[in-house]
Amino acid sequence: MSAPEPVTYIAQGGDWAEITAAQAERGDETIVVNMGPQHPSTHGVLRLELELEGETVASIRPGIGFLHSGIEKNMEFKTYAQGSAFVSRMDYVAPLFNEAVYCLAVERLLAVEAPARANVLRVLVMELNRIASHLVAVGTGGMEIGALTLMTIGFREREMILDFYEALCGTRMNHAYIRPGGVSIDLPENGLAQLRTLIEWLHKHLPEYAGFCNENPIFKGRMCGVAQLDLTACMALGASGPPLRATGYAWDLRLSQPYCDYDTYDFDVITWDTSDAYGRFRIRLQEMWESLKIVEQCYDRLEATSGDPVMVDDPGLAWPAQLQVGPDGQGNSFGHVKQVMGQSMESLIHHFKTVSEGFKVPAGQVYSAVESPKGELGCHLVSDGGTRPYRCHFRDPGFNHLQAVPALCEGGMMSDVVVAVASLDPVLGGVDR
Amino acid sequence: MGLEDKLPSGILLTTVEGVFGWMRQASFWPATMGLACCAIEMMAFGAPRFDAGRWGQEVFRASPRQADVMIVSGRVSQKMAPIVRTVYDQMPNPKWVVAMGACASSGGLFNNYAVVQGSDHIVPVDIYIPGCPPRPDMLIDAMFKLRKGPVMHHPIGRHADQLRDQAERDALAAPALLELGGPVR
Amino acid sequence: MSQTVDPADRALVRPQPVQPPAERRGMWGSGPGDVSGYGGLRHPVVPRQPSARPLGGWFDEVADRLTTLVPELGPDAFLVDRGELTVAVPGRLLVQLVRHCRDDAWLRFENCVSVSGVHYPDQVGAEFHVVYHLLSITHNRRLRLEATCPESDPHLPSVVRTYPMADWHERETWDMFGVVFDDHPHLTRILMPDDWVGHPQRKDYPLGGVPIEFKGAEVPPPDQRRSY
Repeated sequence: MSAPEPVTYIAQGGDWAEITAAQAERGDETIVVNMGPQHPSTHGVLRLELELEGETVASIRPGIGFLHSGIEKNMEFKTYAQGSAFVSRMDYVAPLFNEAVYCLAVERLLAVEAPARANVLRVLVMELNRIASHLVAVGTGGMEIGALTLMTIGFREREMILDFYEALCGTRMNHAYIRPGGVSIDLPENGLAQLRTLIEWLHKHLPEYAGFCNENPIFKGRMCGVAQLDLTACMALGASGPPLRATGYAWDLRLSQPYCDYDTYDFDVITWDTSDAYGRFRIRLQEMWESLKIVEQCYDRLEATSGDPVMVDDPGLAWPAQLQVGPDGQGNSFGHVKQVMGQSMESLIHHFKTVSEGFKVPAGQVYSAVESPKGELGCHLVSDGGTRPYRCHFRDPGFNHLQAVPALCEGGMMSDVVVAVASLDPVLGGVDR
Repeated sequence: MGLEDKLPSGILLTTVEGVFGWMRQASFWPATMGLACCAIEMMAFGAPRFDAGRWGQEVFRASPRQADVMIVSGRVSQKMAPIVRTVYDQMPNPKWVVAMGACASSGGLFNNYAVVQGSDHIVPVDIYIPGCPPRPDMLIDAMFKLRKGPVMHHPIGRHADQLRDQAERDALAAPALLELGGPVR
Repeated sequence: MSQTVDPADRALVRPQPVQPPAERRGMWGSGPGDVSGYGGLRHPVVPRQPSARPLGGWFDEVADRLTTLVPELGPDAFLVDRGELTVAVPGRLLVQLVRHCRDDAWLRFENCVSVSGVHYPDQVGAEFHVVYHLLSITHNRRLRLEATCPESDPHLPSVVRTYPMADWHERETWDMFGVVFDDHPHLTRILMPDDWVGHPQRKDYPLGGVPIEFKGAEVPPPDQRRSY
């Protein structure tokens, strides 16, 4: 019998019964389904083109670029300090890692080191951000397989972390908190007390996730043995972060290539040995505890270094005065405004120059990398000696991980596609930049 | 001197449109049009702290066919723009659009080749929310303003069809916002 | 894209490429005219000179091994800057070199973490630089390879056969810069729509912003503002 002529059905809300009846008559079961970019389970605007035989995925091709916003090009027309605000909006679930990797690259080009207290603050906000990002990953991943409670309690804890950020720098998301040379602002007056409350809250509520999921038979049924990516595949596809550690390989840039004094903190690299979606979930859960451990160490260090500078002592780089949360919740400190506007012409000129012109960065190129919650986040920064980046390229872990989607899903069930994508935790803002 | 003077106490007069609007605003469902950063705040809007379920709006519909309001939450790229329009076209009438955040309202930070400079270039927007991203409280406020305004006073029947067609014709004939210039933009 | 376009199709017209300045000029860059009367600052973009031996640390070890395996590489291919080793690779040696980088036990760069392009319009004959960042998990080292190709013939061999993870990265570099990676299995656009005209990250491609209007005032888009 010769193969039947290919027929294209287009289903845009028409009658499915007609299509299935016609398809049943033909007898070949291959059907192409377009999933996304507007789909609730694709973590943003990811498009997946699936070829299905029955419910088995014969082939799957991810399509990206639906959130490409030209951040890299736009940054070439902004000063280095303004770049911090742009990169914040790439991977919007983990904005502080973007800022950190970018500022580390600028600092390496400038050959300056952030002061010790700024590094502690950076580590603090990054680790809190890691918890928040993992909560979103675990929460939305749970929601997609029907565990809605995970999402609701995940956002409850996340709100507590965002409250702390808001007290620290005035914004819940897109902070632009980490700046080249340090951080924008020191802890507020009651910052340590707020941090203590937050730590206690997390200690109380983080065990709930393990209680809900770890031994839940439905949860394990959906996650165990699904979306396998072993060490060989991870190496071939350049996977990093939880997918790599789920194969049992303890690779964490925080320890192997330390930055921001991470090597002086006491924490463990979490690994799992199943290489599957469940392993990645357990790693995220455990990493939240490790992050909390680091946050507690940051608390002690912040207590000890109270009053130290949080920006490099370089008038060409830092602003003439530190920012302060004013009575309106944002803005410059009163002392600063008084000095610039009323007392010193030189301060006004200085402020104008550093803010509008920016600082010059010596020519050269660097690559800096940090361990973001998703894996290795890299920044390739090229300077031509001017006040604006000549070229700024970001290597987002999600961009690499999405390449692995066909390896994870082909031959599996259609329902496992959602689990596979959620276990990689891509954030399309970072993938498409 | 009207009918209302002759009514016994306890009876109110209103229009059929008013009754429709009053009932409609009780529970209208958003479509999931999550794009970028604002989508996370939109999820927080549905999550316990802000709890949109308190007034029946936490039911984010995955299918545009079941949705009443599209929250364009985030930057609309040139590649995504046709899809946003398709989702809008698939929503049944009456429908409303919220442009959430600076990017959806005007392009925001991303004044460049890749991003559509405001979602009003592709869909008619009923309410704009400033902020980058706006807090969930602001989205709540926008939803209430939407209910009290366009939803409450939405026309019905043949009148509605005429108005909708007229609006469509006007929109096609009107110059693009870019061409207008001046303070009307 | 120089043909006349019907005004109705105006929305479809992509931004027109403009010629870049040969060098960074004046205090105000290439924007509108200098308002201060000061325009004497010249700021040419000079290519970096190769580093002299010894390079220091493990750099010598890797450089020696690379020169042994690929003798054509030559002694002036290595540059150490800010604690990072860059190897300038001629395009014809690229495939051979990355194969050695991955497979040789002394090098063992298992991972090509990132591929990105840089456009230097001033470097005639080598306008496009494609930068590969390699990571050796075994030795915990990072290495940067830099290959160039002219704008008139933007071709480089693909490294996908050696590093499968470079697949999307090379597609992105094609999309953004128009560098053709020969032998790539599926070199199509990835970030921009399939029918997009031009390669946005090139320096002669305008940013494409619109002027920002306020009541009674207008601010030009970022690429047309004066810069320093």
